[in-house]
Amino acid sequence: MLLPRLIGNDFFGSLKDMQRVQEQLNRLFYEDGKSAEFPPVNVWTSPEGAIVRTEIPGIDPEKIDITIVNETLTLRGSRVEESTKDCHSCHRKERGFGQFVRSLQLPFIVDSDKVKATFKDGVLEIELPRAEADKPRRISVVSE
Amino acid sequence: MSTEVMEACKKEQENQKLQVTQNTEAEHTRAGKVFVPRADIYETQEQLLILADMPGVKEEGVDITLEQNILTIYGKVEQPQIEGYTLAYSEYGVGDFRRVFALSNEIDRDGIQATIKNGVLKLVLPKSKRAMPKKIAVSVE
Repeated sequence: MLLPRLIGNDFFGSLKDMQRVQEQLNRLFYEDGKSAEFPPVNVWTSPEGAIVRTEIPGIDPEKIDITIVNETLTLRGSRVEESTKDCHSCHRKERGFGQFVRSLQLPFIVDSDKVKATFKDGVLEIELPRAEADKPRRISVVSE
Repeated sequence: MSTEVMEACKKEQENQKLQVTQNTEAEHTRAGKVFVPRADIYETQEQLLILADMPGVKEEGVDITLEQNILTIYGKVEQPQIEGYTLAYSEYGVGDFRRVFALSNEIDRDGIQATIKNGVLKLVLPKSKRAMPKKIAVSVE
């Protein structure tokens, strides 16, 4: 009874539903996945490439160094502390400072010429398009 | 637990954003997560200086209120919607920022200055004349 219902007209529709549920479950488990690395990253993907977003408040955008080698993205930079010489007492100090290096391996080769990076309100966004040569290609079969 | 593991746990906590736990304060009317921004507080003779990390907060999204001696900072963060892309991997949550400070010194309300640059909120709270230390000169009779 179950099989005909599954294989019926709606088979691919229900597959899609399952995929959606799986995605949502994955989201549930991976969201805010704890990481000791700084800066923490969120990665958005599509067949065309990926977008990496990371929160680095208080950094001079010119001091962020982004390098890409094949499928590895490396972020380098340093957060400099504001000078507070004339302050005679410090009540709270929670913000961290110093240098950081973070490398990410992407699931595809990046077209490094087309990478775009924007920094706005302390959030760095890097657009990483997938290299044309790395994209899946459809091969048509010619019948002889 | 080995010290190494403990160190790693500590490091993890340090780098994670702290979420405002529910049921401790008033209910939120906006859906979504709310985080506590990390802050530095400095004091000089004339003023208090608060620096808070609020990445993703725009100039118009900041709301600062001072009631009696309770200072509340609120920063609105727009959820990123990227057309055609799906979130594949996430290490940090995106949400608004909110933090409440209880100020001990009397603050000159009219003189409060707030600026936000690259996601860091800088609050300058000048102390009122009454609260400032006064030097009393001793005269010789």
